[in-house]
Amino acid sequence: MSILINKDTRVITQGMTGKVGQFHTQQCKAYANGANCFVAGVNPKKAGETFEGIPVYASVRDAKQATGATVSVIYVPPAGAAAAIDEAVEAELDLVICITEGIPVHDMIRTRYKMQGKKTLLIGPNCPGLITPDEIKIGIMPGHIHKKGRIGVVSRSGTLTYEAVGQLTALGYGQSSCVGIGGDPINGLKHIDVMRLFNDDPETDAVIMVGEIGGSDEEECARWIKDNMQKPVVGFIAGITAPPGKRMGHAGAIISGGQGGAEDKLSVMEESGIFITRNPAEMGRTMQKVLKG
Amino acid sequence: MKIHEYQGKEILREFGVPTPRGKACFSVDEALSAAQQLGGNVWVVKAQIHAGGRGKGGGVKVAKSLDEVGQYAQQILGMQLVTHQTGPEGQKVRRLLIEEGAAIAKECYVGMVVDRASQRVALLASSEGGMEIEEVAKHSPGKIHTVRIDSAAGLDAKEAEAVVRAIGIPDVANAEAVKVLQGLYQAFVAKDAMLAEINPLILTADDRVVALDAKFNFDSNALYRHPEIVAMRDLDEEDPAEIEASKFDLSYISLDGDIGCLVNGAGLAMATMDIIKLYGGSPANFLDVGGGATTEKVTEAFKLMLKNPHLKAILVNIFGGIMKCDVIAEGVVAAARQVSLNVPLVVRLEGTNVDLGKRILAESGLPIISGNDMADAAQKVVAAAREAI
Repeated sequence: MSILINKDTRVITQGMTGKVGQFHTQQCKAYANGANCFVAGVNPKKAGETFEGIPVYASVRDAKQATGATVSVIYVPPAGAAAAIDEAVEAELDLVICITEGIPVHDMIRTRYKMQGKKTLLIGPNCPGLITPDEIKIGIMPGHIHKKGRIGVVSRSGTLTYEAVGQLTALGYGQSSCVGIGGDPINGLKHIDVMRLFNDDPETDAVIMVGEIGGSDEEECARWIKDNMQKPVVGFIAGITAPPGKRMGHAGAIISGGQGGAEDKLSVMEESGIFITRNPAEMGRTMQKVLKG
Repeated sequence: MKIHEYQGKEILREFGVPTPRGKACFSVDEALSAAQQLGGNVWVVKAQIHAGGRGKGGGVKVAKSLDEVGQYAQQILGMQLVTHQTGPEGQKVRRLLIEEGAAIAKECYVGMVVDRASQRVALLASSEGGMEIEEVAKHSPGKIHTVRIDSAAGLDAKEAEAVVRAIGIPDVANAEAVKVLQGLYQAFVAKDAMLAEINPLILTADDRVVALDAKFNFDSNALYRHPEIVAMRDLDEEDPAEIEASKFDLSYISLDGDIGCLVNGAGLAMATMDIIKLYGGSPANFLDVGGGATTEKVTEAFKLMLKNPHLKAILVNIFGGIMKCDVIAEGVVAAARQVSLNVPLVVRLEGTNVDLGKRILAESGLPIISGNDMADAAQKVVAAAREAI
């Protein structure tokens, strides 16, 4: 088991024919069951063509109808990415994963507004995607650092997720699923949503939660964990040394109005029973200690 | 991206929000002729810098004669204005706004933010004009009135009316204040703002509602569709290192430590700063080279870090995913040669093609200290920086 995706998931790639889309589609197709999972691309100008043997359709709706795919991944450039999400939502896919970085915030506000009451879940934007090791990889993470296992990983950052995964794998702990929820202020699934899924997944034993400065998603998730989570959670927050008022790379990584600081997040997480570490090199070992009791 | 008050007021006027009449000036002579043109007998001389808290720092003066306008303009232009937002070194004043004086009967606060929790634009309003909203939130949160705005319907007139009443604007001016709030919301959305504040919004003695200040911060991801906002950018208000970095698509922020960091990915870059601090060092910068770092980008990143006179050592921390470690290693070697590196360099590589990358570093003949993992690399760079003192 895993959360959200597995080897039987069928995926539409929006923006497959662009440079970034081509590269990552090749990588995803080559990972585990990818050759069977990536069944369609979308480009209205290239409908009827193929890329790497994957047929291109004019719209998400056409691609869904022709292939039965239920998930899409988006590499469309920022100016058109919110509209690409809208299209996937209107086609009633189950899940949309938006990798694109740099989407205007007001575009995302409009898109999230339109998503109210719709069935589609969104991961991202500005995220590495998600992976269920040895089954399917949807996104831009390096597949080879992962190992199949029973630890869930959820994170707002890309390379810091790889760091956590790399540490787990090096210690012999595999992962059930790893979810990058993205670094933007307006996004789809939050820490709390992914944590709920891991809690319900019988093949996840524990979770590493990687947060960063900005917003209050980690606090909200921590409070939920305190009352509901039945599995141990290890937590790290990046940005203890970040100055207030400065955007630290990610659009959402900013301490503003006295809110979103790392220490505040860490203290709420600690109070909620999360095993926190202030050392990003110790995420894996903290998990090891927790699991060995 | 931030802009000056006078530019913010231009935007407000475009959306029907009344402001005092005024003119931006770059010299004392311009200030005097602006005051003459405006007429009247009270003027306000306002320093234009991007930081807040200008009044307390001595950057805003009320002049009761043309002589005083000249005197204050002389004082303020060129001064290093220190406020709680500028840091101790302050910000040099290069522009002034000369405005007609206003008879203030009441001061309020109104602002718009992107509310992450509700994923909507939120209107914030308070009767405590002139005070920072963060202070009000801390001491009297009950005085802040919030409306989370439905993005299809826009700011509802009834809700706006209720807020206007709640912050103590009398009924006679209610309709005008509602128009101000709606204009502010329209500006906020149309211009892709992340933050907009009118503080204070005043009620004049003759019951008019006027924006006495204007603060905007725009979404840098949306600037491609706002050339008119880009034209308002004032590079004098930005950190030269950060401007230089943006030319090469590097995400760079200056900090006050002495260990330079070059990292791929924003989260890992923050974590790298944190671990340096954890082992007793102090980061000199945040630097994310992004997912597609080329030799050119890495070289520029090194040049940027080396411009910092306080720099004592550099830590390169790369988790190669899509970016291969051998490519980054070649970039590091080429950059180190090109910039004639004069501080210790610690490199930690992990991920795709890591062995090849490490071999390239080892065979380069450069005195590169290799870090086995993030902790080892951080400890080594902190030790190297200490020895360099």
